Amino acid sequence: MTDRLTSLREAIEAVLPNVDGVLALRIGPGGISASHLFSKEHPEDLAKLALWPKEPVPDTLKIILRAHPDAKLAIVCRGCEERGIVEMFKHAQLNLDNVTLIGLQCEQAEAEFCRCAKPFTVHSKTTVGQSIKGVPDPVTEKIAAMSQPERLAFWKQEFEHCIKCYGCRTICPQCFCNVCTLEDEKWVETGRLPMANPSMYHLIRAMHMTAKCVACRECEETCPADIPLAVQFRLMARDVKELFNYEAGAVMDQKPPQLLVLEEGDYERSGLPH
Amino acid sequence: MIEYENVLTTCPYCGTGCALHLQVLDQKLVGVLPAKNHVISEGGLCIKGWNVHAFVNHPDRLKKPLIRKNGKLEEATWDEALKLVADKLGEIKAQSGPDSIAFLSSAKCTNEENYLLQKFARAVIGTNNIDHCARL
Ligand code: SF4
Ligand code: SF4
Ligand code: SF4
Ligand code: SF4
Repeated sequence: MTDRLTSLREAIEAVLPNVDGVLALRIGPGGISASHLFSKEHPEDLAKLALWPKEPVPDTLKIILRAHPDAKLAIVCRGCEERGIVEMFKHAQLNLDNVTLIGLQCEQAEAEFCRCAKPFTVHSKTTVGQSIKGVPDPVTEKIAAMSQPERLAFWKQEFEHCIKCYGCRTICPQCFCNVCTLEDEKWVETGRLPMANPSMYHLIRAMHMTAKCVACRECEETCPADIPLAVQFRLMARDVKELFNYEAGAVMDQKPPQLLVLEEGDYERSGLPH
Repeated sequence: MIEYENVLTTCPYCGTGCALHLQVLDQKLVGVLPAKNHVISEGGLCIKGWNVHAFVNHPDRLKKPLIRKNGKLEEATWDEALKLVADKLGEIKAQSGPDSIAFLSSAKCTNEENYLLQKFARAVIGTNNIDHCARL
């Protein structure tokens, strides 16, 4: 059987002539990998193709597409990244007409690292690797099993360590607002560390990720304080599934429950100015 | 042709040495991402590291030395600025002695630059008054 890296390389080589670039990972100095746009002009770059650690590629795809709205691109995406791209599409952040998805299936060790329920893609027409079943998330289960006062105490203690780097917000592919509430003095005080606890920062982000979080765990991975951030969003996702029968990124034409589509016409903004 | 790549570098803000990726789209700096498998920063950054791309092309960034003339900061050449600093340091040392001068170095500089500054303080000026910004 061909290994995943070789199969992925072959899949990229197959689409490369027909697109303006393929977004995937490349090994850089010191063996540190990062996102890279492979192009037909530089096929030799593919010798440095990498698989892991994953990167927040949906956000990078958005950055490239915003500058080049008519570009034809392909992207190598894992299950969570594919879900991220689908949610961004549903929220009008990117146009999928010219995007080819190459689904990379995750291996057992990767799924365990991510405590991932869905380590596979479902929309990509081209796929690489064998898809495996999801694995349990003991961290989420442990916190879910706590009593309400225990949970409050747990999160208060965790948030005490937050250094307010804004990394969890900045890296999140689903945090794409042009004006972010977390940078509004009304909600999150600037120049104060540690922040008030429990802080509006974490509560607002938890609410804003409702039906949007795709469980990629990028926020948790980048947190310098090692706060198990993804747990909040995974617990929210359970409620969203139960209440609205909605799973982020799962069904392409299912409307997210929090999206309101207005009739065409003139509207006046009311309420608090942003 | 569309070009996008990440350029690995070290955060310029403090002495910790976190690694970060500058996101470069069509030769322009558009953002920062942490470097996941780096031994020091392990994929994390502080708020300054997350924003290093913002100052590089910022209009407020100083690109030339400024000398205050008649109460107003005016652009000067490096030769002019360095001569002024050297003259003043020499004058103060001659009038009040080397220990009337102190040097403050910076965590934003490299080890070598910090070494040079303490060497300059001790060997050229003749004072042990050398400290760094982390104690300010
Ligand atoms: S979160 Fe799941 S789909 Fe994403 S990389 Fe991890 S195992 Fe794969
Ligand atoms: S896991 Fe974190 S980074 Fe990923 S979508 Fe959810 S909130 Fe955003
Ligand atoms: S925290 Fe909320 S307001 Fe800020 S970018 Fe994320 S979704 Fe948007
Ligand atoms: S990544 Fe961690 S430390 Fe940084 S703002 Fe988020 S919770 Fe706080």
